[in-house]
Amino acid sequence: MSPILSVRNLSRNFGAIKAVDNVSFDLAKGELLALIGPNGAGKSTCFNMLMGQLKPSSGTVQLLGKNIAGLQPRKIWRMGVGRTFQITATYASMTVVENVQMALISHHRRLYSLTSFAHKLYREEALALLDTVGMVDQAERHCAVLAYGDLKRLELAVALAHDPILLLMDEPTAGMAPQERIALMQLTADILDARGISVLFTEHDMDVVFAHAHRIMVLNRGELIANGTVDEIRNNPQVQEVYLGGGTLFKAQEDAHA
Amino acid sequence: MGLFIAQILTGLANAGALFMVASGLSLIFGVTRVVNFAHGSFYMLGAYVGYSLMQVLPGMVGFWGAILLAGIIVGLIGVIVEICVLRPVYSAPELFQLVATFGVILVIQDLALMIWGPQDLLGPRAPGLKGVIRIMGEPVPQYDIALIVITPFVAIALWYLITKTRVGTLVRAATQDREMVSALGVNQAWLFTGVFFLGCALAGLGGALQLPKGGADLLMDFTILGSVFVVVVIGGMGSLPGAYLAAVIISVLNVFGVTYAPQSTLVLMFVVMVIVLMFRPFGLLGKEEIAGEHGQVGEPERPIKPAGNRMRLLVAAGLLILGLLPFYSGNFAVVLVTDIMIFCLFAASLHFMLGQGGLVSFGHAAFFGGGAYAAALFVTYADTPMELALVLAPICAGLAAIVIGWVCLRSTGVYFAMLTLAFGQLLWSLAFQWGDVTGGDDGLVNIWPSDWASDNDVYYYIAFVLCIGGILLLRQAAHAPFGYAMRAARDSARQAEAMGINTKRIQWVAFTFAGIMAGLAGGLFVFSKGSIFPNELETARSFDALIVVFLGGVKTLSGGWVGAAFFEGIKDYLTRFEYWRLALGLSIIFVVILGPEGIVGSLRKAGERFGILKVPEDAT
Repeated sequence: MSPILSVRNLSRNFGAIKAVDNVSFDLAKGELLALIGPNGAGKSTCFNMLMGQLKPSSGTVQLLGKNIAGLQPRKIWRMGVGRTFQITATYASMTVVENVQMALISHHRRLYSLTSFAHKLYREEALALLDTVGMVDQAERHCAVLAYGDLKRLELAVALAHDPILLLMDEPTAGMAPQERIALMQLTADILDARGISVLFTEHDMDVVFAHAHRIMVLNRGELIANGTVDEIRNNPQVQEVYLGGGTLFKAQEDAHA
Repeated sequence: MGLFIAQILTGLANAGALFMVASGLSLIFGVTRVVNFAHGSFYMLGAYVGYSLMQVLPGMVGFWGAILLAGIIVGLIGVIVEICVLRPVYSAPELFQLVATFGVILVIQDLALMIWGPQDLLGPRAPGLKGVIRIMGEPVPQYDIALIVITPFVAIALWYLITKTRVGTLVRAATQDREMVSALGVNQAWLFTGVFFLGCALAGLGGALQLPKGGADLLMDFTILGSVFVVVVIGGMGSLPGAYLAAVIISVLNVFGVTYAPQSTLVLMFVVMVIVLMFRPFGLLGKEEIAGEHGQVGEPERPIKPAGNRMRLLVAAGLLILGLLPFYSGNFAVVLVTDIMIFCLFAASLHFMLGQGGLVSFGHAAFFGGGAYAAALFVTYADTPMELALVLAPICAGLAAIVIGWVCLRSTGVYFAMLTLAFGQLLWSLAFQWGDVTGGDDGLVNIWPSDWASDNDVYYYIAFVLCIGGILLLRQAAHAPFGYAMRAARDSARQAEAMGINTKRIQWVAFTFAGIMAGLAGGLFVFSKGSIFPNELETARSFDALIVVFLGGVKTLSGGWVGAAFFEGIKDYLTRFEYWRLALGLSIIFVVILGPEGIVGSLRKAGERFGILKVPEDAT
């Protein structure tokens, strides 16, 4: 089966610095792919290029065979790519359900309508989406007063609104307590699995990565140094060397899993 | 050739005061992130204080001493303003800061009127520099030469202070990251106060220095404000060399403009600005301004809901009372309420893009006056009937909004505000200077409604239908997907773009829509008054709308028209007092600091407290 996302020779220079250097990978349908690496490895640059915030210096990004490199974020969204942010971005002056309705209104291209009432449009669909993330009982709450974990779940519902084929998640569990992290990632994995959505995510929490990723890519100094299953990555000496300089965490992981 | 050089020298001399005011504004913005709209007022104070000092201090030493002292005194007045007015609003959104400094403008205007009286003051000439010198046969005042020499010294002294001293290092550090500087143990509050002192002292110095050339009058504050914004925008916010370069460009251009194109001196300046911004959106020497995250004042904005049945009944009853007005009241009330409704539509159109879209425009009068002028010009030159002119007014205003919006929306935040102000000034100067077509200061007169509508009662109904219709349309738009999209773009442009919303285009359409509505109000205005003068395009007119929107309540749906109705209603009464500006200015400052929810927000709160309105679950 042809891949959902196909990245070839993606590079980005900032002056003389190669932030991302010749990165190539494929993402299959339904796959949960993690992109990890130490700080400054080029994860964010890589992500920003996939999402359209940054133009690549060279290379191609193909979504179902169509090149999306260099397109604006909103165009990439229209092609069926959803995203969540490292620091949540929601509409603070709206209710929870209106946040989701907004995405549906945009998806159905009714943004410039002046005659209808926005709060009535696609309300049922929005409530159904909130139900999948367990937020339906908070649908009428004011977004500005939500707890951070609930904002994360709301953002997930928003990202699912246009039925994406691919979801890009920038540190989906950043800023949350350890127990919440596991729960949120479990919820996310279940939903995506049920809908057959492919996911590329970055994450610093190795518990989350090892527990949920189908495959892991490791970026170091802009270069992809490893790409494999969880076990392969865990046992890759090069990864242990560059990523954690000795790898106590990896050891701990192994012990825990043993 | 001699004339050419003499003109360049005059331009360089004029650049002095402009540079000092602009660099002061730029410095204050760089560190405190506040655009000090009252900066022109400090310039004016510098001139008045300098004048008074020169009366008592004798001779050459007295003259230059008076200028220095004027700078210091104005700087100290600036310190008082900073401590009393700005400290409480540093964390507030831009709009609140701008409105607060506008309150300061009003207060200073009336205080100056109280102390120095309404007549223009002729500045004394500098002792020892009263003559002219001849350069290639052309006379150049000696004082101009002195200014040309002094300005670079001030500029270099400033540059030295900012780049080479410890204080300057702190100021530059604060410009980049305020929190970090205060975390390092620098007393941020006093750093801000110090910078405000320096900035205001520079403005005062500029005002005092230009005394022998321009004297002192009560209009100086607004006159220089437009030029200063242009200089700061062209030079690049926060760049001292940029401010100097732009001040020279603008001043030289003005001098040449006076000689070769006297009809377009004011317009020229804005044309240059637009051209510069097309190629360098952050000015000649400015750096990209990353839109800062602003804090909130008061509670977060609540979700909106269409009016419930009870509210609809209330509105219907109100409209009925309003609709029957000609049957139970006299001519005076009918004319007054016509004016009020027109102003309400104007304010509601600004409130729409400001409240829902977060677009703080300081030049909305461009579309109100623009629509009015469009209608008046069609009537004057094409004998257009009223009915058609009332259609053409909003169309012309809308077309202007498309163009102006395109340029202004290339930038955000304070740059956007300043650009809209500059465009407002541009249209004003067009109307003011293009006397052959617009009648200049004499305006256009004899613009009366068609015969069938010439009765005040009939015209009242025309205004009633169009104004109420316009306000209801704006309100509907706020509840429609379009209004929601505007709020989405305002709340989080990042998320909006990531969900397929073209935020710039949404804002552009909103800007145009607001322009069309303001143009309609302008068209109605001109037929109601029978005439139009350039002052309807003035910055002061834009501020009127801004102030009523703000006092009505930015974060509420009805703030615009409620504020407008209230203030237009009491205006007649208020302006009878001699020092009403002082009172208004002080109340604005108090509202900014103590009651940022405005009239509607405060009423809503009171209603909830006394159980008349239902309290939403999540109210904090």
